Amino acid sequence: MKALLMHKDRDFDLRQPLPWNEAALTQDLELNTLFNAMARGDEFIFSVVRSAVLNGMGLDRETIRYRQDILRDCLESPSIAREIYDLILETLESKKKSTWFIFSMKYPDSILHTSLDVMSIYMTMLKKLRDYLTDTGKLRSEGFRGLSAMLNRELDDEYLAKVEAHLKELKFRNGTLISANLGKGGKGVGLLLRKSGEKRLPWYRFLFPRKKQAFTYYVHPRDVNGSKALQELNGSGINSVANSLAQSVDHIENFILNMKAEMAFYIGCLNLQEKLSETGELTGFPDPEEPDLHKHHFKGLYDVCLSLSLTLNRKVVGNDLEATGKNLVIITGANQGGKSTFLRSIGLAQLMMQCGMFVPADSFSANLCSSVITHYKREEDTEMNSGKLDEELTRMSEITDHLKQDSLVLFNESFAATNEREGSEIARQIITALTETRLKIFFVTHLYEFAHGMYDKKNKDHLFLRAERQPDGSRTFRLSAGNPLQTSFGEDLYSKIFHNS
Amino acid sequence: MAFQSILSGNQVREHPEEHASTMPSFFIDLNLDQVIDAITATKPEYNLKPFFYTPLHDTVTIQYRHEVFLDLENQRIADIIREFARRMRLNREQHAQIEKLHYPLQKQFWFLDAVEIYCEALHELEQKLGYGNPKSKGLRSFLEYLRNYLASEPFTAVEAAVKGLKYDLAGIKYCMVIKDNSVQVRKAGTEEDYSSEVEETFSKFKDGAVKDYTVKYPDHPDMNHVEAKVLEFVSQLFPEIYTGMDLFCTGNIAYMDPMIRDFDREIQFYIAYLEFIETFRSNGLAFCYPQMSEDSREISDKETYDLALANKYRNQLTSILTNDFYLRDKERIIVVSGPNQGGKTTFARMFGQLHYLASLGCPVPGKEARLFLSDNLFTHFEKEENIQDLRGKLEDDLIRINDILDRATSKSIIIINEILISTTLKDAVFLSKKIMDRLIHLDLLCVWVTFIEELSTFDKKTISMVSTIVPENPVQRTFKIVRMPANGLSFARAIAEKHHLTYESLKKRIGS
Repeated sequence: MKALLMHKDRDFDLRQPLPWNEAALTQDLELNTLFNAMARGDEFIFSVVRSAVLNGMGLDRETIRYRQDILRDCLESPSIAREIYDLILETLESKKKSTWFIFSMKYPDSILHTSLDVMSIYMTMLKKLRDYLTDTGKLRSEGFRGLSAMLNRELDDEYLAKVEAHLKELKFRNGTLISANLGKGGKGVGLLLRKSGEKRLPWYRFLFPRKKQAFTYYVHPRDVNGSKALQELNGSGINSVANSLAQSVDHIENFILNMKAEMAFYIGCLNLQEKLSETGELTGFPDPEEPDLHKHHFKGLYDVCLSLSLTLNRKVVGNDLEATGKNLVIITGANQGGKSTFLRSIGLAQLMMQCGMFVPADSFSANLCSSVITHYKREEDTEMNSGKLDEELTRMSEITDHLKQDSLVLFNESFAATNEREGSEIARQIITALTETRLKIFFVTHLYEFAHGMYDKKNKDHLFLRAERQPDGSRTFRLSAGNPLQTSFGEDLYSKIFHNS
Repeated sequence: MAFQSILSGNQVREHPEEHASTMPSFFIDLNLDQVIDAITATKPEYNLKPFFYTPLHDTVTIQYRHEVFLDLENQRIADIIREFARRMRLNREQHAQIEKLHYPLQKQFWFLDAVEIYCEALHELEQKLGYGNPKSKGLRSFLEYLRNYLASEPFTAVEAAVKGLKYDLAGIKYCMVIKDNSVQVRKAGTEEDYSSEVEETFSKFKDGAVKDYTVKYPDHPDMNHVEAKVLEFVSQLFPEIYTGMDLFCTGNIAYMDPMIRDFDREIQFYIAYLEFIETFRSNGLAFCYPQMSEDSREISDKETYDLALANKYRNQLTSILTNDFYLRDKERIIVVSGPNQGGKTTFARMFGQLHYLASLGCPVPGKEARLFLSDNLFTHFEKEENIQDLRGKLEDDLIRINDILDRATSKSIIIINEILISTTLKDAVFLSKKIMDRLIHLDLLCVWVTFIEELSTFDKKTISMVSTIVPENPVQRTFKIVRMPANGLSFARAIAEKHHLTYESLKKRIGS
């Protein structure tokens, strides 16, 4: 039994290892801001959305659309989605209460009794969920319809009645019947629990019941070792049935926990949507394209993390881009002109799209990537410049080790930890090599020699963007196509800051 | 010829008490104690050390053991023996357990198993060893003995009884009803298996692996009184089977053949040794069967090494260097000199180990060995302790060497390592020459490690071997000892170069 709310054919795996560059991605794209907004302080939801977002790469378009449909259901009927999630939470809570006493793993009878209790809690919950999904009728996505059908098929009333009968029988009101053979040293082996009452008795047995020879031993009430031995003998007999019941409880619990994780993803999306709509930001479902099409086209894409961290209820500036067919986008221009924000919005939107979420844009379409990789200038170790370049190149070499076809690579002020000429030459060599494989690269840079050198190649697959600056020196935070300019307007900043003081 | 012992075939059968119980005096000097400890470490139950403490004195028995060794180098035959040993160990454990058990009925079950294991072990050994087709006199005559024994009346009777009882017991099936504080026992009927029915009902939830909740009950061989009571009830339900078992157990207490018991122990002498040397062989260190002589002293070995050292560095055996040596015609005494880096003592030990292991009838380190079967082996190694008491030490040295020279014959081997260093050079040279006179007169084999180089050209019976160092590989654990005239200068130069302190090196370092 599987809930199948994240994949059509398998469970969502919360323990799936995160990508090798998870730390860099989280830092460079400020993913924790996103995750926190989705989690609303719930650690579990945080861990689910973190795993889902970071491990979205590799999903095919079909899976993405499958999740988008389920998410649409949730966005349309948020209270139903939250009710299902709450039912799961309540069930797990009452299971915790019923096993609060020490769940002793040493005795099969205690394992059996605990399992019986929990099993009955879970069966009640599954029946409730089954009936709820059938009755509401509002969830139209393939995912939810599949879950409902599965529950009706697997847990019909006849089956539930059978389970109930077993749960009663397993209390052993008439004692346990155990068969055995003689094993090593005359000890009983092959202990097997039997159902009371013989099967297929020949008719004459009913007429002439054969009296069976039997011997009975009574353990004296004060014989502690004797009762222990008897308990052990009984335990050996019900060991296997206790195990299989406890394992069944675990299996059902895994099903419930899985469903909880899968629902948590959508609850996280709901939370984010609600938060964004407070400031009037729009979201939309993206249109994923096959990896081999170099497509990148959007309108009004904004940096969701910037929006979430702004305390004022203010909309952030969105950008438009038409970069279809481009494999290299070089972004130059004014400091604090929105270059880094733009770069981050590219990475975030890609991750959100690939895990099945909506994206912060009016419209968005891009090809799927095999991975998103960031190479950002790091602020630490400012004194040791040679060590810094060394560190940057070490990271670049690590990236090279992990580079896959169709990756999206985001460079932010890379290789600038040396003078411009050297930095440009390093960047030129690296980028030239990378563009000759099937990758998509966004490069924010101040390295004029590098940027201009690439511009002079007049390659139609390259696109150049510039952060805008008004004639008066103020910024629009919008980017537009434009060739690299020699200065980055640092003097503006200088004069602004020093003018005020 | 009737089988006597796998350790010495054609002699009168050796009894265990004829084997030495303490190690020979030279063991510590030659580090043979480490070697024998390592060989026997995995098999303490067989008490093999006495076999390794007792050298042979005739080449016929050595040949007898070589043949057995060669058979067992065939992995198929060795595995047959190992399997036999495993079953015999099981049999012993069975008996050890019987001693600890409480209830007589239970003891009988264990005894029956022990006898069954013994019977099966022998049948399998006979059958497989027959297919293995051993070539040695030892194993062939043992096999013949075994065949006769298996066909003999006492054995076949015991075996038939075991089989009958086992068959009857396997057919017993009973039921227990446990309720509150009681257990009822009766013969089993046709009640259905309930565990699998429950498992079947819940099987649809199965998905992936989950924890195993099966409680692991400690598998005590002993019974508690409730189990004993159940067994007693079962015996009352099936009385005829139990009567038969009782008769069998009291009638067959001494079922095991002493010859078989001894074979099981003695064959482990070979197995233990072969298992021990396997590590070295698989790392390219050779072992060979030495050609042994009781008179010719024209000895030699190629690519040989100190086995104790190799054992110490068994995880880095590539660092073990091998050495060659030979003696011709009248040559008797190897004088080893050279820098103090450890290679000389190793060579001396190696020489002693080779001869001792060869006298046990074992394969020895090296590629092609001709060795001398001595009547006795003597060692005199410098003792580290009491270095302050110089006079006492010199005296002690001389007393010890004198004692050795008194006891040695022309068939003995003496190994001397750095003695007389506690006196002046003049004294040492003088005393050494006196000792050398006596050694030459005795005409025995000797290795003498010394700093007194003139000893190497003392007589035509002495030859010189010199340790050389390898400047480019100072981590090498051993050193090549080569047969060449002693020449102190070349060593000093090699050491200096290693530290870049030769004249030319110093000039360059200072000059530039």
